[in-house]
Amino acid sequence: MTTVASFNVEYKQYLSPAGGLVGDQVPEIANDFEQIKSLYETMVMTRVFDAKAISLQRTGKLGTYASSLGHEAVHVGIGSAMNYEDVFAPSYREYGVQLVRGVKMSEILLYWGGDERGSNFSGPQHDFAWCVPIATQNTHAAGAALAFKLKKEARCTLSVIGDGGSSKGDFLEAINAASAFKLPMVFVIINNGWAISVPRTKQSSGQTLAQKGIAGGLPSIQVDGNDLLAVHHEVKQALTKARNGGGATVIEAITYRLGDHTTADDASRYRPDEEVENAKRFEPILRIRQYLMDNNQWSVQQENKLMDNCALKVEQAVKEYQGASKLPVTDMFDYMYAELPHDLAEQRAFALSLEDKEGEQ
Amino acid sequence: MANITMVEAVSLALAHELEHDNDVVVLGEDVGINGGVFRATSGLAQKFGEDRVIDTPLAEAMIAGMTVGMATQGMKPVAEAQFMGFIFPMFEHIVCHAARMRNRTRGRLTCPLVIRAPFGGGIHAPEHHSESIESMFAHTPGLRVVIPSSPSRAYGLLLAAIRDPDPVLFLEPKRIYRLNKEEVIDDGEELPLDMCFELREGTDITLVTWGSMVKETLEAANILEAKGISAEVIDVATISPLDMETILESVKKTGRCVIIQEAAKHCSVGSEIAAGLAEKGLYSLLAPVQRVSGYDVIMPLFKLEKKYMPSVARIMNAVNKIMEVS
Repeated sequence: MTTVASFNVEYKQYLSPAGGLVGDQVPEIANDFEQIKSLYETMVMTRVFDAKAISLQRTGKLGTYASSLGHEAVHVGIGSAMNYEDVFAPSYREYGVQLVRGVKMSEILLYWGGDERGSNFSGPQHDFAWCVPIATQNTHAAGAALAFKLKKEARCTLSVIGDGGSSKGDFLEAINAASAFKLPMVFVIINNGWAISVPRTKQSSGQTLAQKGIAGGLPSIQVDGNDLLAVHHEVKQALTKARNGGGATVIEAITYRLGDHTTADDASRYRPDEEVENAKRFEPILRIRQYLMDNNQWSVQQENKLMDNCALKVEQAVKEYQGASKLPVTDMFDYMYAELPHDLAEQRAFALSLEDKEGEQ
Repeated sequence: MANITMVEAVSLALAHELEHDNDVVVLGEDVGINGGVFRATSGLAQKFGEDRVIDTPLAEAMIAGMTVGMATQGMKPVAEAQFMGFIFPMFEHIVCHAARMRNRTRGRLTCPLVIRAPFGGGIHAPEHHSESIESMFAHTPGLRVVIPSSPSRAYGLLLAAIRDPDPVLFLEPKRIYRLNKEEVIDDGEELPLDMCFELREGTDITLVTWGSMVKETLEAANILEAKGISAEVIDVATISPLDMETILESVKKTGRCVIIQEAAKHCSVGSEIAAGLAEKGLYSLLAPVQRVSGYDVIMPLFKLEKKYMPSVARIMNAVNKIMEVS
C-alpha cells in the first residue's frame, strides 16, 4: 500500500481561557496593546448593542433579530484583520466585523426593523449586504475574488458561514472554485455548535469542519474562535497570503452560540442549560480583558468609562433608528430597476393613490 | 374531536399518517426535538422516534434530492422546507426529478413525496421569509400544488397529499397558522385534491382566492352582503392542477369575477384563472375580470409588507369597479 496523500488539521490558540499566552509562538498583535484595547472596546460595544437589540425586540420595537452573543472575538478578529478595500460577505449576525468596518449600529437596527435602507449601510460600499439564504454568500465571495484576480487588483474577499451552512453545496462548491481558480479569498467557518436546534455532531461525523476545505484542495486550520488574538492573527496571515497570490484558506473558528438562534427561537426546547453554563467559562470578552489586566493595560476605571460610553453610543443609535423618516410606499418600487418599467409605474401610481385615500380618512 | 389551529391540524395529519403508514417519514431542518420552527412537527419525534421524524443537516438540495430517492424506493417522505424563501435549492430536484420521474420512466419509478413549506407575508418576518411564489411551482407540469386555508382543510388535504401517488408541494399560509380554531376530527378522512371549495354561496359576484387571502376575501364578502351584494367565495385550494370547472360554473351564475392573491401579479395563478375565464367563460361575463394581487416588486421588508399585501379595501376597490358596470 502506498499513501498518496495525507493531511492534518492544526488547531491554533494563543490565549488560554484564563487569559494567559500559551504555546511557543507569540503573534504580533499580542504586544500591540493599543490595538487590542481598541478591539476589546468594539467587542464590548457589540455585546451591549446586542443586548439592547434583543430588548427592543422583546418590547415590540424591532423585528426578529439574530443575536451575536458569544461571537465577539471571531467577529472583531475578522474585521480587524481585513483591509478596507477587501470585500466582506457576511451571513446575518456578524455585527462585530461590520462595526469595525464602519457599518452603523442604527443601520443594523433598521434592517432588523424591517427597513431596506439598513442594507444601504456605511463603511466599505463594496461589501455585500446580509445574506439570509444559507451559504450563497460563499459563491458570491468566490466570484468577487475571481473579479479581483482577473482585474489584477490586490484585494481579497472573506466570507463567513456557520457550522450548519458548511453542509450546503454552495459552500463546498465555492471551496472547490477557490481551489480550482486559486482565488484570493478566505473562508471562515464560524462553528458555534448549533444550527438552530441541530447540534454540530448531527451536521457531519467528520472530526473537523475545516477538513472540508482540505477535501477541496485548500489549506485549512482550526482556531479558537473565542481567542481574539488567534482569530485576528490567523485571518490576517491567510488574507496576506491570498493577496500575494498564494490562494485561499479555510479557517474553522470554534466558538459557541450563547444565545438563541434568533429572537424567534427558544433554545431551552432543545439545548441543555448546563452546556450553555459551561460554554460561558470560555467566552471571549472576559478572556481578552483578563489578558489586558494581567499586563496592566486595563483598569476598573477604564472599564467603567467604557461601559458608560457603550451605553451612550447604543442609546444614540437607537434614537437614530427610531427617528428614521417614514418609509414611503414608493420605496418598494423605486429600486426595482434602473428605470421604472411602464407597468410598474402604473402599480406605483395606484399604491400612491391608496396612500392619498388613507390620508383623507 | 378537537378545537385546533391550522398548524396543529398539520401536526395532527402528520401524526395520523405516521401512525397508520410505516412508509411515511417526516424529515427536515429542526423538525425533530425542536418540533419545527412553527411547531408543525411538535412532539412527533418524541412519539415516533428519530428514524421516523428526522432532523437533517442544513442542506435543502440534499433534503429534496433524498426525498426523491426515498420516494422512488417505496417510502412516503414528507419533507419540510423551513420557509418557502429557502426552497430554491430544492427547485432542481422538484422540477427536474420529482415532477418528471413517472413520465420519464413510463411509470416504472414514481415520486409519492410531499414537500411542505410555510409561505406568505404578514408576520413581520425577516428578509426571504415572506414571499408568495406558488406560481413558480404551479407552472411545473407533473407537480401538484396544494394550499390549505383552514384547520379542517389543512388536515384533510395534507392526508390526501401524503397518500397521493405523485409529488405534492403543500404550501402552508403561515399568517393564518394560528388565526382561528376549528373542530377537527382525527378520523383519517381526506379531502379531495384538484378541487375548489365553495366557502360561501352568492349570486352577484365570484371572489376567487386561496391561502391566507381567504380571510380578507370573506371579510369583503361580509361587507358586500351589508351593501346588498351577494358574493360567492371560492377557495381554489389545489392551484395546480386547476379546477376551472367550479370557477366557470360560478361565473356563469354571477357574471363577475375578482381574483385575489397575495403573490405578485405577473404570470401568476391569478393570470391563469383569468385566462381560463377569457377562454371558456367570456360569454358569461358581464364585466372585465379583476385581479387583486401583490405588486410586481420584491416582497418588501415588514415596514411596508402590509402595503404590499392586498387589503379588504383593495378588494372592495376592484369589486366596486366592476359592480358599476352592468
